Amino acid sequence: MHSPANNPVYERVRRNPKFHELVRQRSRLALVLSAVVLVGYYAFMMVVAFAPGLLHKPMSDESSLSVGFPIGAAIIILSWLLTGVYSHFANGRFQDLTDEITRETLQ
Amino acid sequence: MTARRILLAASAATLAAVPALAAGDVGQLEKQPINLSAIGMFLAFVVMTLGITYWAASRTRSTSDFYTAGGGITGFQNGLAIAGDYMSAATLLGLSSLVFAKGYDGFVYTISFFVGWPIILFLLAERLRNLGHFTFADIASYRLDQGKIRTFAAIGSLTVVCFYLIVQMVGAGQLIKLLFGLDYNVAVIVVGVLMVVYVTFGGMIATTWVQIIKAVLLLGGGILLAFLALSRFGFSLEAIARSAIASHKDGVKIMGPGTLLADPVSAVSLSLGLLFGTAALPHIMMRFFTVPNAREARKSVFYASGFIGFFFLIVCVLGMAAITIVGTDPQFFEGGKVGGKLIGGGNMPVMHLAKALGGDLFLGFLSAVAFATILAVVSGLALAGASAIAHDLYARVIRKGEATEREEMRVSKIASLVLGVLAVVLGIAFEKQNVAFLVGLTFGVAASVNFPVLILSMYWKGLTTRGALAGGIAGLISAVTLVVLSNAVWVVVLNNPAPIFPYEQPALFSMTLAFLVTIVVSKLDSSASARAEREAFEDQFVRSQTGIGAAAAAKH
Repeated sequence: MHSPANNPVYERVRRNPKFHELVRQRSRLALVLSAVVLVGYYAFMMVVAFAPGLLHKPMSDESSLSVGFPIGAAIIILSWLLTGVYSHFANGRFQDLTDEITRETLQ
Repeated sequence: MTARRILLAASAATLAAVPALAAGDVGQLEKQPINLSAIGMFLAFVVMTLGITYWAASRTRSTSDFYTAGGGITGFQNGLAIAGDYMSAATLLGLSSLVFAKGYDGFVYTISFFVGWPIILFLLAERLRNLGHFTFADIASYRLDQGKIRTFAAIGSLTVVCFYLIVQMVGAGQLIKLLFGLDYNVAVIVVGVLMVVYVTFGGMIATTWVQIIKAVLLLGGGILLAFLALSRFGFSLEAIARSAIASHKDGVKIMGPGTLLADPVSAVSLSLGLLFGTAALPHIMMRFFTVPNAREARKSVFYASGFIGFFFLIVCVLGMAAITIVGTDPQFFEGGKVGGKLIGGGNMPVMHLAKALGGDLFLGFLSAVAFATILAVVSGLALAGASAIAHDLYARVIRKGEATEREEMRVSKIASLVLGVLAVVLGIAFEKQNVAFLVGLTFGVAASVNFPVLILSMYWKGLTTRGALAGGIAGLISAVTLVVLSNAVWVVVLNNPAPIFPYEQPALFSMTLAFLVTIVVSKLDSSASARAEREAFEDQFVRSQTGIGAAAAAKH
């Protein structure tokens, strides 16, 4: 029993096993990457709040720069690289899969 | 109030006055002598962007052209435009001055302003693109009650747009008074008029190009300034750090976290507000509808976050270099007293740095870029506001989809004109006010009103109209109340001795409350319409994942 809102095109997509594969794999990628960024960032913020001394340590004995700077820069650069990782898969394999599903549905 | 004074007065409770700086509140500043090279370069920018607006006007025929540039912007262009939307003038001024004043704490803020972007890509970008036509309300009301949810979402958008416009207008007036030596009212009117011209005639096409040009100018200016600064230190970050430690009154303490973020509740609440507030700013969300498909939407975020992250790192280098170059040079302090009050206020280190390294010409260039930056941000805001009025309230709610394209276009142009007049009037009315609280409100309302309904409508089948309305109202009331009880209003505006709500950013509490109320009320909702709304989720889900049905929708 479907409500009138249910569209037969979308029903066809739902019956396609590729759709469920797409959703499962892409959602997993998105969740894992989000978790990496959020856990990394909030772990960093907790160090800032509770153990700031760790970030004050100089990079080496004669260095003026503290380890906090490369760590902070790494958070920005790594989370940007992860947007690249996501775009690579989402625009490559997952997009191909999406295009296939669209083709099979609309033909 | 200047950054310096805010920071000196900073207890844990006032810590979030700082994002105010980054978002455009530059405080009361004295007028400076007229700066001809800055005005000349700004005029060149205006002539160029008006030329583009003229060209864009001939291409703006339909509502789709007007709101979303017909979906014809590439991922790379949109990435630059998003960066242009997000990097406000005060990102350059506020974040660099924070690093200048506080060292590493400023860097931690910078990181917090950045990490929302990857999350936007992973969780929101493609669903936004696949579900929306023109506005965020399109998505919120996709399977819920059109009249109620669309009205509520449009009001949420307009609230955010108006608060943020005031912040930008007051910031613009103060900044231009300082950098160009123009009268505050003149500056506000110039910004208002140009904004209305870009938006009314050129719509999203002109706005996008204004943002792209501004992003390129800002990035170019930042890179050149960083290059000049690094050359002073033999291109060694180590040398910049050594010299900064020697020059700063706090010495080696600036190399690590200080007192600014010592309270974890403040830090978390602030970061939640920035993270999810950013994700739910209507003018940022609107940018996802300007690209032709989800593929380009993802690319936009990849490019945008690359530009933003790169720029933020440069801004930190500039702040550190300014500690030595500006912080030890008497010409930049009032009365030549090193360590006293900076000429022009606490937000000026990067401008002084430009003068120290590149002379008056470079200072003029950077001032012009700052002006261009404000224009780009307010244009994006005005367009988002106009679309909420014309597309959501007029065409969908009042006319129930019966309005012709011509009628909707006319209303959107009138709406942007009205918003422009409103922005000028409010900008002038708020001249003497401390508008820091509006920044807390902007992000607090975006995170507590717009974000929960947005994310739940896309991710949670159980969301119903009643739940979304109840949660949205709870978020709105709690966010506004907490900001009123916080330092920025209770102490700074209402002159009470101590804030009742000890944190500046309400998101941790108001956003949590909004989610809770939305979920509980939705669960309790057993009406027939609620059942239909839950069933409609399945179709919405397919479209949000595949984009099937979205391409056609974007053409209308």
